[in-house]
Amino acid sequence: MELALSRTGLWLVALLIAVAACAAAVDAGFAIHMGIVALACIIGLVVTLRGVDLSKAIMAPDQGRYDDDVIRWGVIATVFWGMAGFVAGLVIALQLALPVLNLGLEWTAFGRLRPLHTSAVIFAFGGNALIATSFYVVQRTCRARLAFPGLARFVFWGYQLFIVLAATGYLLGITQGKEYAEPEWYVDLWLTVVWVAYLAVFVGTIVRRTEPHIYVANWFYLSFIVTVAMLHIVNNLNWPVSFVGSRSYPIFAGVQGALVQWWYGHNAVGFFLTAGFLAMMYYFVPKQAERPVFSYRLSIIHFWALIFLYIWAGPHHLHYTALPDWAQTLGMVFSVMLWMPSWGGMINGLMTLNGAWDKVRTDPIIRMMVMALAFYGMSTFEGPMMSIKSVNSLSHYTDWTIGHVHSGALGWNGMITFSCVYYLVPRLWNRERLYSLRMVNWHFWLATVGIVFYAASMWVAGITQGLMWREYGADGYLVNSFAETVLALKPMFFLRAFGGLLYLAGAVVMTVNVWRTILGHLRAEPAMSDAAFDPEKDRPIVAAPQAA
Amino acid sequence: MNTHSTYDLLRHLADSWGLVVMTGIFLGLCLWPFRPGTTPLNREVANSIFKDEDDV
Repeated sequence: MELALSRTGLWLVALLIAVAACAAAVDAGFAIHMGIVALACIIGLVVTLRGVDLSKAIMAPDQGRYDDDVIRWGVIATVFWGMAGFVAGLVIALQLALPVLNLGLEWTAFGRLRPLHTSAVIFAFGGNALIATSFYVVQRTCRARLAFPGLARFVFWGYQLFIVLAATGYLLGITQGKEYAEPEWYVDLWLTVVWVAYLAVFVGTIVRRTEPHIYVANWFYLSFIVTVAMLHIVNNLNWPVSFVGSRSYPIFAGVQGALVQWWYGHNAVGFFLTAGFLAMMYYFVPKQAERPVFSYRLSIIHFWALIFLYIWAGPHHLHYTALPDWAQTLGMVFSVMLWMPSWGGMINGLMTLNGAWDKVRTDPIIRMMVMALAFYGMSTFEGPMMSIKSVNSLSHYTDWTIGHVHSGALGWNGMITFSCVYYLVPRLWNRERLYSLRMVNWHFWLATVGIVFYAASMWVAGITQGLMWREYGADGYLVNSFAETVLALKPMFFLRAFGGLLYLAGAVVMTVNVWRTILGHLRAEPAMSDAAFDPEKDRPIVAAPQAA
Repeated sequence: MNTHSTYDLLRHLADSWGLVVMTGIFLGLCLWPFRPGTTPLNREVANSIFKDEDDV
């Protein structure tokens, strides 16, 4: 009772502050954002006062020995935000092919929907997957319940509020203009609070462990949490114009600002999209394959090499700019060296299936994991290659970069997340199995073919674009205008959108499958594979009667 | 200390002792799991994820 009372008080204070900030706001965007915060406070207030049990809403089974409620919410949030992000991606892909789809409105213009797409897939889909799986893995590998259960719930809901504020901000035109760090100062501060709470829950659980060793997946999760905190704080050192306004200016200016931004940007790839997802790989691939990781020693070398090399690779985003030449070369050299730990990790993951390769044929979840690792290997080969200055002079600013990013994001991050969702859902809801394994197989093929269309069309588009931009005539002038290069790429834009449509279709199949698994339905379907049997041929040869 | 000499100082450190120390720490960390007698330990940790899930 006292707890409920003090919580109600906290919600009321937060609500009052939000309403006051809304009233005092110097711009409409800030007022709308504070309105959203006030709405969140009202929802929190109602939930506290009425004592709503949220676990009923998601059909959570009785509490097991581990604290899995936040993980169940996280899995649902992952699927939901994934769908939102994929739809946004398809819309902006179609906008590039058919500009009329910008609808002539500022809120639906490509420039505002593009950060909505990137943040939705990276931070909302990927972030929720990371939070959910990290809480799952840290409890199982430490054999301890989640430390600070209340704080863990705050991490989940606080992160959702961050997503909503970021997404609505993009549509309203509130942005710092820094790629993958678009949210403004107050949203950044909120994320910092949430992230520190996340670190506390994760480290607290590790401290409470009953298992003597900290399994390598937790090392990767911890490096992801710590490094993202550091990157986020340094790159968002901004000073607001007004404390009740949405505008702020960065502390760093010019080339220093650019270097900090790409130190952040590349390490967001390295620690958010690589280290965190490798943590998923190091736990879920061995579990699904029912074999320990190929080499535990290699996994430790993989970890340290990734940590020591990735942090220097950022300057490769600034080749041929005002950044000093030595810094560009440093970024290139470290990017090329990064090829080794990446492939070491890929080999470690793939070789975990050593002696169980038949599972690739019989288990569609393993098949998805193997495809994820294959794309991890392919995009971590392509990346270092593109960071070489002479290659970069052709590839930079072209659609090749977009193709590269998507082979990593759709192939590696997407596929490993899908396979983890398929692993988790029956276990978290105490179901006998997934609703349908054959639908996992459909998802696998739709996603794979979608990525092939996406990556292949963007390779062609990027190289075409790069070559057209640098083509000189005999008179020493550039041959092509920019608009001509855009026209040349148009068919590729349609092929890319088709690839995105296939990938989205696969995600729809997953959504249905996850939904029906949670409802406890089982699809009546033949097994994925069985030995051939033909009753017609299952009889002895009887000698035919001889004609007289 | 003016900005230029801070740059010189840090640049010199990064080119010499800083680099040596970082490389040393990196190699030490990579070699750590290979110290003699750790094979059973590594095997045990790799298999630790297969103990019964609900057996806290």
